[in-house]
Amino acid sequence: MSSTIENAPKIYGGGPSIEAPRSKRSPRSTKTNFELYSWLFMRLSGILLVVLVLGHLIIQLVIDGGVSRIGFAFVAGRWASPFWQTWDLIMLWLAELHGVNGLRTIINDYAERDQSRFWLKTLLYASALIVLFTGTLVIFTFDPNIGQ
Amino acid sequence: MPAGTLYRGREGMWSWVAHRVTGVLIFFFLFAHVLDTALVRVSPEAYDQTIDIYKNPVVNIMEYGLVGAILFHALNGLRIIAVDFWEKGPRYQKQMFWAVCGTWVVLMLGSFYWVLEHTLRQIFGS
Ligand code: HEM
Ligand code: HEM
Repeated sequence: MSSTIENAPKIYGGGPSIEAPRSKRSPRSTKTNFELYSWLFMRLSGILLVVLVLGHLIIQLVIDGGVSRIGFAFVAGRWASPFWQTWDLIMLWLAELHGVNGLRTIINDYAERDQSRFWLKTLLYASALIVLFTGTLVIFTFDPNIGQ
Repeated sequence: MPAGTLYRGREGMWSWVAHRVTGVLIFFFLFAHVLDTALVRVSPEAYDQTIDIYKNPVVNIMEYGLVGAILFHALNGLRIIAVDFWEKGPRYQKQMFWAVCGTWVVLMLGSFYWVLEHTLRQIFGS
């Protein structure tokens, strides 16, 4: 690296900033442990997602002909089992919350103006509500006889 | 210590960029995927027609790309966790990065035929 101080943190405008020492106003983020819990959640959910998502991919894309056999009848067979329903439900919630939390960090990093941050996050949380609501509803209300 | 300093420079920085890009990619796929799966509540025909898109050779190749993105994000995610929680993690982070790359290549070669079997059969018959 060509910079004189290697590994020095770069602080971009608008990102989470470091307050001057002993400044009167303490940064908002230190009032709760939210960032600590979200950091921990990223790691715990990540470990569980390794099993859930890689397992899902092996089932959907690798064994028994992979993608060739997927269709309504295939899904009906899988969701006849509470085990796979539960698997999909946990995977849905963990992957979506992990992804939303990751994107929240990315928005904080790159969106510099308060306004753009606000709207990007509003859009992000709205999309998460749609995904979690639809995905949960579909698992609980699936009807194998819908075509008849 | 300010967040992020641990992962900057050389291998650390590139793995950080790749981790971010793959994470965003998987997130957008998940959005589309939950909506396509929701078509099972519309009708079997609507679902089957949409899932046929997944069986198109070009889309099948994109699925192989998605597998690559997820494998990298998962393996590198485990490496990040090891750096954070394992006492010797920071010392071996560079070696672990090359282990991630090696494992990724092996798993990509190993899954090539299975993930693309559908397309290979279409192109080469039988
Ligand atoms: C191209 C690869 C993929 C294929 C072919 C595929 C296929 C399917 C199928 C057929 C279902 C219906 C239920 C079942 O059989 O379990 C499903 C559900 C689901 N998949 Fe995937 N999947 C893929 C990748 C992924 C990835 C990468 C994720 C996570 C990031 C994921 C997350 C989910 C979730 C959360 C559900 C439940 C949806 C709901 O609640 O309505 N899938 N997938
Ligand atoms: C397969 C298992 C997975 C593991 C082991 C894993 C692990 C991790 C870890 C350790 C982080 C770092 C958090 C930090 O630096 O504080 C992270 C970030 C992230 N993950 Fe995952 N993850 C997995 C699956 C997923 C999935 C399915 C998605 C998408 C829905 C996703 C999207 C993201 C995003 C967007 C970030 C933020 C990247 C950044 O801040 O640069 N991950 N992941």
